Amino acid sequence: MSSLSRDDVAKLAGLARIEMTEAELVELSSQFGMILDAVARVQEMDLSGVKATSHPQPLENIARPDVVQPSLSPEDALSGAPAQEESRFRVPQILGEAE
Amino acid sequence: MINKTAAEMADSLAKGETSSVELTQAHLDRVAAVDGQVKAFLHVDSEGALAQAKEVDARRAKGEKLSPIAGIPLALKDVLAQKGVPTTAGSKILQGWLPPYDSTVVSKLKSAGVVIMGKTNMDEFAMGSSTENSGYGPTFNPWDLTRTPGGSSGGSAAAVASFESPLAIGSDTGGSIRQPAALTGIVGVRPTYGAVSRFGLIAYSSSLDQAGPFGRTVLDTALLHEVMAGHDPKDATSINAPVPAVVAAAKSGDVKGMKIGVIKQLQGEGYQKGVQTRFDESLQVLADLGAEIVEVDCPSFEYALAAYYLIAPSECSSNLARFDAMRYGLRTGDVDGASAEAVMSATRNAGFGREVKRRIILGTYALSSGYYDAYYGSAQKIRTLIIQDYAKAFAQAEVLVSPTAPTTAYKIGEKVDDPMAMYLGDVATIPVNLAGICGMSLPAGLADEDNLPVGFQIMAPAMQDQRLYQAGAALEAALLSKWGAPILTKAPELKGAK
Repeated sequence: MSSLSRDDVAKLAGLARIEMTEAELVELSSQFGMILDAVARVQEMDLSGVKATSHPQPLENIARPDVVQPSLSPEDALSGAPAQEESRFRVPQILGEAE
Repeated sequence: MINKTAAEMADSLAKGETSSVELTQAHLDRVAAVDGQVKAFLHVDSEGALAQAKEVDARRAKGEKLSPIAGIPLALKDVLAQKGVPTTAGSKILQGWLPPYDSTVVSKLKSAGVVIMGKTNMDEFAMGSSTENSGYGPTFNPWDLTRTPGGSSGGSAAAVASFESPLAIGSDTGGSIRQPAALTGIVGVRPTYGAVSRFGLIAYSSSLDQAGPFGRTVLDTALLHEVMAGHDPKDATSINAPVPAVVAAAKSGDVKGMKIGVIKQLQGEGYQKGVQTRFDESLQVLADLGAEIVEVDCPSFEYALAAYYLIAPSECSSNLARFDAMRYGLRTGDVDGASAEAVMSATRNAGFGREVKRRIILGTYALSSGYYDAYYGSAQKIRTLIIQDYAKAFAQAEVLVSPTAPTTAYKIGEKVDDPMAMYLGDVATIPVNLAGICGMSLPAGLADEDNLPVGFQIMAPAMQDQRLYQAGAALEAALLSKWGAPILTKAPELKGAK
């Protein structure tokens, strides 16, 4: 039976930038063993020599002529912004931690 | 008026027997009367819908050539962006967001004169099979209001099944159109991957997501399919080829001499008795119509569910990174001195629901170094084997069939604390998504034990979507003459309805 400790889940939540409550970490850790056992079935088959498929279509790069086309106005682009200032997105401090 | 098919409504509009404004108002009245119980809609845009209807009526009066479904009302899954209309994907993180642009599907609907009545409820970011994962509460199955309509496009399916709308649009990443269609007794199609533009479709799992049509008949579904599909330069994965002739196929509906493959792995154990019985009966109906039934073997399908629940969460953990509290959507914890990272983490915790967090964490785990090859890498190889199994099966048969879902609609709350039990409901629909092919669910009758609808699934190779409609229309016509009336006439009358 697979398992993932509360601390393992906390680490993953940190990587995913989700600040989980203690109750959520404990709940997820208790559910994870069962989920991992189920998905680990992909390892049951002999997959040697099988190529991986990342996408259902044979993808190739698609280019288009570099022509100026209508795009969102600054007002439209900012219309959903949680905060804005001087026609720009206002965001919390990114460089250098506050503490 | 609302009990007619979309094709009949279109005919009445063309003959001038009714107007789009009247038709739209009749459906808005129905929504007002019954949606308090069904809760299919997250947002009803009465004003916008009536304005669209008025415009179509004016164009018709001027003698303009209109699309076959111009003036027909439609319910839109809240996963598709519509300019100026609230779009949430069922998530609190997008509450109040007004998209500054139209998705390509919405642009196509607008230019075809289809009347968009509003946005329908869904599992948050399309992650779920019951609509219970919506950040705004569940949708209820019109057949039994204590049960789920399926999901994730449960709101769209319930709207069509409760006659709130003749047509609806959903999206299908692992069965999210076909499974709710099955559980509510309507028709739903997941088109071939790349057949319908994903531009403006809020992404869950980009290599699996595909929007598609719902209707109460195979022909209605085909009429919508033809309008919403087609190449789009704004989507790099959009297929540059003509839309398959789905309407013509739905009108012909002939299976004489058609080879139909029954997938050995998608029946029997794990399938509810009444589901299996209705499925077997439908097979007999197809055989009586002159189809040749063969059994096909797809051994890797036993691993499809496991592969899906690695691939989809992995892609979602990457796709949902865009909800970072910076440019749109919710932002919390933005107090003096708080770092961007702290604001991001607080916002994502407050804005995402349990299932979304569960899948993001699972995807983060499956993609992390040291586990990547064992989980995500193996899942991708299973995907190759599933594609190969389909290729072999389609060499033996033109279409493949199975029950759409292993059970009929289950009770609200029954599986909400048991994610694995919920995931098992997708066992028959997921292989189609992994292979990028197309699939349909249509009603096969009611299960004897609970009198709830059973879905019959038809699958066809990529860009052979017309075969779904060809076989589906034949089965539908034969079952209809057997039943004497459409399946939805057997659903209980909703309270508050006139």
